[in-house]
Amino acid sequence: MESLDLEKMSVRDINQYLHKTLPGTDVTELEIINPTGEHNIAVGMDTECTIDVRGHAGYYLGGMNKKANITVHGNVGNGVAENMMSGSVHVKGFASASAGATGHGGTLVIDGDTGLRCGISMKGIDIVVGGSIGNFSGFMAQAGRMVVCGDAGEGLGDSLYEAVIYVKGTIKSLGADAQLEPMTETDHKALKELLDFAGFDHDPKEFKRVASAKQLYNWNADANQEY
Amino acid sequence: MSKHQHLEESVGFSSKTRDYIQRASSTGLYEIRGIGAKRALPSFDDLVFLAGSASRYPLEGYREKCSTKTVLGTRFAKNPIVLDTPITVAGMSFGALSANVKESLGMAATNMGTSTTTGDGGMTPEERNSSKTLVYQCLPSRYGFNPDDVRRADAIELVIGQGAKPGGGGMLLGQKVNARVAGMRTLPQGVDQRSACRHPDWTGPDDLAIKIAELRELTDWEKPIYIKIGATRVYHDVKLAVHAGADVIVVDGMQGGTAATQTVFIEHVGIPTLAALRQAVEALEDMDMFGTVQLIVSGGIRSGADVAKALAMGADAVAIGQGMMISLGCNSETYIKDGEHHSAEADYAALGTKAGFCHHCHTGKCPTGVTTQDPILEQRIEPKVGAKHVTNYIKTLTMELTTVARACGKSNVHHLEREDLVALTIESAAMAKLPLAGTSWIPGVTENK
Ligand code: SF4
Repeated sequence: MESLDLEKMSVRDINQYLHKTLPGTDVTELEIINPTGEHNIAVGMDTECTIDVRGHAGYYLGGMNKKANITVHGNVGNGVAENMMSGSVHVKGFASASAGATGHGGTLVIDGDTGLRCGISMKGIDIVVGGSIGNFSGFMAQAGRMVVCGDAGEGLGDSLYEAVIYVKGTIKSLGADAQLEPMTETDHKALKELLDFAGFDHDPKEFKRVASAKQLYNWNADANQEY
Repeated sequence: MSKHQHLEESVGFSSKTRDYIQRASSTGLYEIRGIGAKRALPSFDDLVFLAGSASRYPLEGYREKCSTKTVLGTRFAKNPIVLDTPITVAGMSFGALSANVKESLGMAATNMGTSTTTGDGGMTPEERNSSKTLVYQCLPSRYGFNPDDVRRADAIELVIGQGAKPGGGGMLLGQKVNARVAGMRTLPQGVDQRSACRHPDWTGPDDLAIKIAELRELTDWEKPIYIKIGATRVYHDVKLAVHAGADVIVVDGMQGGTAATQTVFIEHVGIPTLAALRQAVEALEDMDMFGTVQLIVSGGIRSGADVAKALAMGADAVAIGQGMMISLGCNSETYIKDGEHHSAEADYAALGTKAGFCHHCHTGKCPTGVTTQDPILEQRIEPKVGAKHVTNYIKTLTMELTTVARACGKSNVHHLEREDLVALTIESAAMAKLPLAGTSWIPGVTENK
């Protein structure tokens, strides 16, 4: 395993190694040690490999990731795996705001809780949260699935498009145009797969499904201030 | 009784205002439209040049060289943008514009050695292939935003706001969201597509600095990062953008256009480009960053004179949107197909408007084929014809710019300076902080002389 030490290298040096040098090697397993809350670690990955970040990281850990499977043995700041395209990011601790924002693909797993706006504007990513999520999560979420094993905050799924949210615990309030819908067999199956991927042992039958009521899809006078 | 009837229309409740009230009463909806502010505003028209005379001598118009080379992004980027003219094409989305229009703009910009800019909705292959220098916008919606396109771009423009609607998000009504547009934006076909007004993963200037650093990490510090702001509190916003690490700042004044926005935004939010530009330059000067961070100004730039005035006031370049659309035929009575002019009057009439009055870009039924996704209407712009018109337009503006610069004795258009300008009205003198013509009075700055 290749070890990169953030006490000896800068974030810039590490990212340039990951972008430019790594693809020409046969290294497939890496670890980054002493991250000490640095921002922008392993941003823009485009190589199949596993990266273990041993400690806490700052903003945008694994931002715009393609192909890499990244595990953080600690907590992360804002925008973990933002705009992820493929691969996976697994946070063993807690995540701050905007986790998985605008992600197009891949899977983001957070063992603990996340802050505000988890999955905001998600575009196809799957997000599985072991704990609870903050207010305004799933705002304008377009596609993909978000699983919350704990509770959801206020305004969940406001202005949802086609993304689906599954919540096991309580929902403080739903946002405009979000509604509870019955779970189907397809939901149970999809949820089971996502929970298994994340390594969480929950019964899919205990989850609720939140999706768009589609009343804001087209501009109309009855939408009032919600549009 | 007098035989003369006395009819007096109310100024406050004019026919325009009454129409507005009655429209609101019948629909219960605010009006959404395209194009920019239609009201009269202080503008570059209110400034004139003091050219060479006995105290300054001009350069020979057709013989002496006048450089238009423009370099953007010299602060941190390894590969700054080098252009042959300071006249760039403003960000306009594929979705708002057709693929043919995007291709026309790209071809024209490449012909003239300048750049084009994507918009909300991602980068199309037509645009990337046709435009040698392409600026890729990162907007709050992040529709179609992906790291491969970031790497394919020549610069990245983080959009905080737009002059037509500072503080507001974007809109693309369902009639323009066809299968291709919907696919690029990960949305169902035909939905009214709204864009958020704030970025999803950062809030405030400290976060912005980290976001910029992320984009630099992604691109290995190679590409310039622009920050675009809609003109409101420009002085403070420019300082914050510099602090956050911008290479280039784009200031978009309230005359800037839009494909679809609430009229209340277009006409009542933001400040004119003239005032915005002066505030931006002051902020850079106060931070000792003038020349280190480059400034692009946009919002109602139409002519070579406007470009020259913007440069003299301190801009490094301009970006033009509506002017490019008009060059392509927007608001013309005819469109060109197979080399022939064809009347578009019936299509304007179907929209309830006329050539010269149209602001119906939001409908997707553009009579001249500029702002449409309709497979028939979009054929009204043939990329080669469109490119020729836009090339000619940029060429003309560049020639006008050098004409004025030479007259002011400058061998480089970037040597135009504030001292070359005076204002024709007290408002413009105060906003631009230039002396009123024939006096040395700058309202709010000097004593009245
Ligand atoms: S002619 Fe087309 S581009 Fe011009 S204002 Fe009308 S709809 Fe918009």
